[in-house]
Amino acid sequence: MVNSQSADAPVWSIVGPMVAHFAMLSLMAIGGGVVMVAPEMQRYVVDAHHWISAEQFSAAYAIAQAAPGPNLLFVTLVGWQVAGWAGAVAATLAILVPPAALTIAMMRVSTNRAPGPLGRAVGKGLAPISVGLVFATGWILFRGGSGDWTAAAVALLAAFVVLRTKINPVWMIAVGAAAGVMGLV
Amino acid sequence: MKISPLQLFIAFSQMALSGFGGVLPFAYRALVERRRWLSAEEFPKLLALSQVMPGPTICNLSVMFGYRSAGLTGAAAALGGMIALPIAIVLALGIGYQQFGDLPPVRRALAGMSAAVAGLIVATAVKMARAMPRRIALLTVMVFVAPAGILLAWRERW
Repeated sequence: MVNSQSADAPVWSIVGPMVAHFAMLSLMAIGGGVVMVAPEMQRYVVDAHHWISAEQFSAAYAIAQAAPGPNLLFVTLVGWQVAGWAGAVAATLAILVPPAALTIAMMRVSTNRAPGPLGRAVGKGLAPISVGLVFATGWILFRGGSGDWTAAAVALLAAFVVLRTKINPVWMIAVGAAAGVMGLV
Repeated sequence: MKISPLQLFIAFSQMALSGFGGVLPFAYRALVERRRWLSAEEFPKLLALSQVMPGPTICNLSVMFGYRSAGLTGAAAALGGMIALPIAIVLALGIGYQQFGDLPPVRRALAGMSAAVAGLIVATAVKMARAMPRRIALLTVMVFVAPAGILLAWRERW
């Protein structure tokens, strides 16, 4: 079920294009983090290339979200599922290195620490797009699960609790897992 | 302030490992409250800049803070601390998923987790939308772009 690409395809013929695509997406993730490029990532690895299934993509996201650390590490798992260890390393570097290099380049030319007027304008202008894309990510992950009405109830409950209380979101993931094990989802 | 790369690596590892369900609150606690490496006024500035730069916000913040404190080595140490141990944990879980992912209880647990995570992401989107400047032009863009994103996601599925 994992590493489901055809066994005869050389790994690098998959890893190469994947790295190029993820690296490009890493530079488009402005204002919403990697969450906002997840829909395009999913379209690329699931719908366009059939390297992994929608269920595997959603599982990778859920696992990374349940683990400590930045949730962008779902990209590592996606890369690993697509092309093993080489895929894991390559996907992680592709998502981390371009923005890090750009950030360092920016710090070298400018010592001014608050974003300037252009930076603020870019942030505000992109905010609505980020919001739309983040919604889309939620939708995609939902579709990768069972997608029935009990799953919708779990999703709505999680959203509601997190918006209304200060409970750590990771507890809602635990609730989802428990509901799943009990056969409710 | 001069902070050694080793100190950076340790501090950012600790933040990352405490960060279940989001590292940012722990970054504030560690950098501002516990270690006092940043003032309460400096943190939001650094955060704002991390958000307008492309890429994962928390990683941009690590790179900026590390670079400021100890140059390129510092940037590498802070970013490395942020991701090294979490990657090991996530891959260990991924290997577990490869081994047991086909078992019905594991599959159902992950389906439930996916549903909950989808809800959490929708909540994030709602929070982001609330924080947006209430300007008609921007809201109009959102009204058109949000369904476009959802449609793109939907398209090849149905």
